[in-house]
Amino acid sequence: MPLLDVQNLRTSFHTRNGVVRAVQDVSFSLEKGETLGIVGESGSGKSVTCYSLLRLIPQPPGRIENGRALFDGTDLLACPTEQLRRIRGKRIAMIFQDPMTSLNPYLRIEDQLIEPLLIHGNLDHQEAVKRGIKALEDVGVPDAAKRIRSYPHEFSGGMRQRVMIAMALITKPELLIADEPTTALDVTVQAQILELIKKMQHDLGTAVILISHDLGVVAGFCQRVIVMYAGRIVETAPTEKLFYHPRHPYNRALQKSIPALQPKGADLYTIPGMPPDLSKPVDGCSFAPRCEFVGDACTKGAMQLQEVEPTHATACLRVQKGEIKL
Amino acid sequence: MLRTPFLELRDVKTHFPVERGVILRRRIGTVKAVDGVTLSLTQGEILGLVGESGCGKSTLGRSILQLIPATEGAVMLAGRNLSQLQGKELRAARADFQMIFQDPYASLNPRMTVFDALAEALQVHKRIPSAELPTRVSELMTKVGLAPRFLKKYPHEFSGGQRQRIAIARALAVEPKLIVADEPVSALDVSIQAQIINLLARLSREMQLTLIFISHDLSVVKHISDRIAVMYLGKIVELGPATEVFERPLHPYTKALVSAVHCPDPERERQRHRILLAGDPPSPMNPPAGCAFHPRCPHAVAECSRAIPPLENFRIGRQAACIRLKEIN
Repeated sequence: MPLLDVQNLRTSFHTRNGVVRAVQDVSFSLEKGETLGIVGESGSGKSVTCYSLLRLIPQPPGRIENGRALFDGTDLLACPTEQLRRIRGKRIAMIFQDPMTSLNPYLRIEDQLIEPLLIHGNLDHQEAVKRGIKALEDVGVPDAAKRIRSYPHEFSGGMRQRVMIAMALITKPELLIADEPTTALDVTVQAQILELIKKMQHDLGTAVILISHDLGVVAGFCQRVIVMYAGRIVETAPTEKLFYHPRHPYNRALQKSIPALQPKGADLYTIPGMPPDLSKPVDGCSFAPRCEFVGDACTKGAMQLQEVEPTHATACLRVQKGEIKL
Repeated sequence: MLRTPFLELRDVKTHFPVERGVILRRRIGTVKAVDGVTLSLTQGEILGLVGESGCGKSTLGRSILQLIPATEGAVMLAGRNLSQLQGKELRAARADFQMIFQDPYASLNPRMTVFDALAEALQVHKRIPSAELPTRVSELMTKVGLAPRFLKKYPHEFSGGQRQRIAIARALAVEPKLIVADEPVSALDVSIQAQIINLLARLSREMQLTLIFISHDLSVVKHISDRIAVMYLGKIVELGPATEVFERPLHPYTKALVSAVHCPDPERERQRHRILLAGDPPSPMNPPAGCAFHPRCPHAVAECSRAIPPLENFRIGRQAACIRLKEIN
């Protein structure tokens, strides 16, 4: 049985300007200890998907309208809040993009770091502090016994993200959701943090969902990747297949437009147009207006994610029918 | 290479005083944001300026454009010392150099239509007769790839990429010779980034624009630039042709930066040797003695903490500031 099994998740935001369908028909599953990447541009629904799983969507205006998310047999979307609380922060932890805004500036690191232990761990304060210092040492904070008494502003960005990781992993969760954990950091510090998450995952056997807009980060980090566009999964496959044999025009175009891979001086490949407005219903494939392979059938009906070979699924109708080879 | 430099920086320093106290203000230190940068660019050249946050790359850009005047040194543009210009003269000279900012959401006035924003830029320096404005504005819009039918719209009606195009059009309105673009694509999605990079490269080619492209992303900079300058804590630590710097970096810091660039190729990502630097960039208020990079440098020796290494020629066209250049390369 997979650790997490998400079926037909649909989340919308009911705003004054209409219903924004942020996530539509998203289904995926994750095994114990697996590393899954979710990539997509801003507004593609990758963060909303993960926030929905933990019911962290502000409701209203948000609404989880459909779906099931079985975590070790418990439906996260339907279980009572009490039960969810015992899972959230203990068995499923989350790291956010901006370590400055996700730490409380008024509280010492100590108080924030051991909070999960006091709530979930049945430990007394002294024991919890000991574990806290150990956790800081594990993520490479020097002089941990002293630094645990500091406030967040006394740490640099990279160190704060280390504290966040220590905090997320202190309860030894089975699943870690990392939402753009390195985007706000400097390049050289990014490398440190990714290595750290990898090491901690190895030590604890935690499954990781890494949300990123950066295909490069995902390529080196994940075993399997989901590509999202306009609220839907358009392609999913093991990492190698996804990068070497893209089966959806959007995935292929996204990879082609990355500067690192293109010859210098030539014009960069670009995807024309821009992502659709999610508050207006789209008939057919939402990438069709920007797709170079668009056919007549692409603009009618809803696209379904379908396996075109074992473990490799695409939502492109023409690839499914074998009309185009990418 | 005997072309006369178009833009020349001579030992530019931009220092900020750090003060404490409200009534009894006293100076408790100095942040040396830019600390002795000497550089020259030919006309039409694109220079990529890379470094991590706090290394002084943005301050250098602004000091070149006299938005934050340098505290020492000279900025020479086409033979004229910009640091000595003041008031009216400086304002008139600004038609020659313009800036594009990172956040296109913050750099456009939300209460002005695109037409107003562009017309204002046209009229400030050029005194274009009102009757000619509509055609001139439409020309600008076409140049940056926007349909003239958008003229009556407000900034909030555009996407990030389109807004950055408007900001570029506004910078181009005065027909400048030099543009400093400060992280112009960092706020944009990958597929939109490529469009803006193409646009800037094309414009620079067509209009003989000299462009200083500031970014923390080496792969973007490599693509657009002729030369790359790498900054660390207020100083240039490496300078050279873009492809060479990217493929055969000399300075240990550049080596680490290059090794941290992600590439969407699982096989290469896994095999690549990544140089992991210890610690964070130091505070510019209290820089380490000697080479500012030595506490994080994998090649550091005792001598590195004694003197600040100068930017030296290594090969023709390649410069780096490290005393162990020959040993480690």
